Amino acid sequence: MSTLTEPTEPTGPAKDARATKPARAAKPPKATKATKIRGTSNVLTYLFLGVLFLIVLFPVYYGLVGSLMGERDTNSFPPALWPKNGLYPDNYSKALDIIPLGNQYLTSVLQTLAITVGQMVTSALAAYAFVFLNLRWRGFWFAVFLSTMMIPFESIIIPNYLLISQWGLKDTIAGLALPFLATGFGTFLLRQSFLSFPMELRDAARVDGAGHFRFLYSILLPLSRPSLAALGIWSALSAWNMYFWPLLATEDPKHQTIQIGISQLQSSDSDSPGMVLAGVMLALFPTLLLVIFGQRFIVRGLTTGAVK
Amino acid sequence: MSTPVNSTVGAEGRRERWIAVGYLLPALIVFGIFIFWPLVKSILLSVQGTDILGNPSGFVGGVNYTRMFHDPEFLTVLWVTFAFTLLTVIPSIAIALAIALLLQSRIRGVRFFRTAFALPFAFSVATASVIFGVLFNPASGVLNGILSHLGVDKVQWLTNPDLALWSVSGATVWMQVGYNLLVLSAGLGALPEDVLEAARLDGASGLRLQRSIIMPLLTPQLFFLIVVGTIHSLQSFGQIKILTVGGPENRTTTLVYSIYEQAFANNNSNYGYASAQAMVLLLIVLIITALQFGVLERRVFYR
Repeated sequence: MSTLTEPTEPTGPAKDARATKPARAAKPPKATKATKIRGTSNVLTYLFLGVLFLIVLFPVYYGLVGSLMGERDTNSFPPALWPKNGLYPDNYSKALDIIPLGNQYLTSVLQTLAITVGQMVTSALAAYAFVFLNLRWRGFWFAVFLSTMMIPFESIIIPNYLLISQWGLKDTIAGLALPFLATGFGTFLLRQSFLSFPMELRDAARVDGAGHFRFLYSILLPLSRPSLAALGIWSALSAWNMYFWPLLATEDPKHQTIQIGISQLQSSDSDSPGMVLAGVMLALFPTLLLVIFGQRFIVRGLTTGAVK
Repeated sequence: MSTPVNSTVGAEGRRERWIAVGYLLPALIVFGIFIFWPLVKSILLSVQGTDILGNPSGFVGGVNYTRMFHDPEFLTVLWVTFAFTLLTVIPSIAIALAIALLLQSRIRGVRFFRTAFALPFAFSVATASVIFGVLFNPASGVLNGILSHLGVDKVQWLTNPDLALWSVSGATVWMQVGYNLLVLSAGLGALPEDVLEAARLDGASGLRLQRSIIMPLLTPQLFFLIVVGTIHSLQSFGQIKILTVGGPENRTTTLVYSIYEQAFANNNSNYGYASAQAMVLLLIVLIITALQFGVLERRVFYR
């Protein structure tokens, strides 16, 4: 498991120190006192962390456990906090029955793929021009890309909706994905990574006859994999989790994304929280995996929005 | 560069300039069609009336704008937006900061806690809102269930006009803590070890170390989070749509939700008026971004 920051935890010497604790306690009184203070502060740290842990993780816990609880548990008052009357996995099949979840899952996957691949391609090309090519009016183009990050999509969502309707792209993957195929964020993220590419290597490739595209595709991109992965994970997370745009760009439940599907699951059947939560867990599963296994890459993209 | 001595180099250079534009082109086309043109169109729509079918009905000048600022409902919207931003940005940063600092201590299980606390980051606005909808349910929700053990009567979390905004804000704080924590943890991990060590040698420890050394060094991250968090809160939509649909009594109708209501809810198609409101949103976000680049950034401690 990757960590958020450099781990402050078990390096060799620290482990050794812990192992020799009893020996330390036998040292002069001064050390004992220090250890005691350290001990009480540790207890306090655990206490505070524990309380915050319970509060922050409770919705996660209840989402998962609730999705496996039957109505006897969820609809009594006060509701059960764990499955007292046994597990009830039928919630999942019920959720799949009520909304066309299979279709919606596929729509979400295709939309996410289109946006992720699209953003990686357009960002890589643009970042290449910014770093390696003799671009005229570089400052101007830079400002153009920067400005796209400052315009909230919500403020231009009406004309986008009108455009997509006019083109007859409602209820299509194209309608869901097209507005998001390029990003200033992704361009700056890759630009940052390209800037650290050794120029000698680039010149050598050029001397060997590699054209721009060839160099970009077979040398630069493979060497920029961590940044590409960061961009890919960010794009995928935000595409999969989108809500406002898919709500407008789709009408037919069969063509809606999973995010819209589960929010309508809630309004369609509020008497069966277990089933609603099962839908949530299904929608959550892919991003949960990304966050648990891709944290290292997520951190890489964290502050690119700050524009340096 | 513009007057090359060698003409072939000049030709080569000119060629490369066109190639360079070609590499920018795919992104520029997307931006042009889906950001810049819609931006122009939004401005145009905002100075036009709208007929019942949603078609622009001719130039009306600043009518939509004057209507907006004389509309008591819109003034409420601005107030709700402001309150919502305040209620979400500050608490979500404070909680994330507390967790991040606690995770700095050298205790067992830090790795486990780090991963666990990052989990909310995986939730979308829809998944989180639906879960909170279940928790907030007045008749059978867990929150009222827990409170009932303490002898508290059933609370109408989302339908009590005085409480709804607080409940939606609470859910939103939860959604934002994960991201804030990631940023702050990354910042803490990058603190200069020599400065910390020097402070420790000088006898600073615990709270003193946190207040006098760590916090000033963290100001760039905190500042970044205030700006990004504010913009993010201003754009919030899904939790309001899913949890309260703007109610009760419009007490949770924020700016973006109001735009949605005017333009899309109940087949309103009031695009002109909605676009004028969208321009207010744009203006607010641009001002905050300008603040980030201008005035405030100078006060922030940068290494």
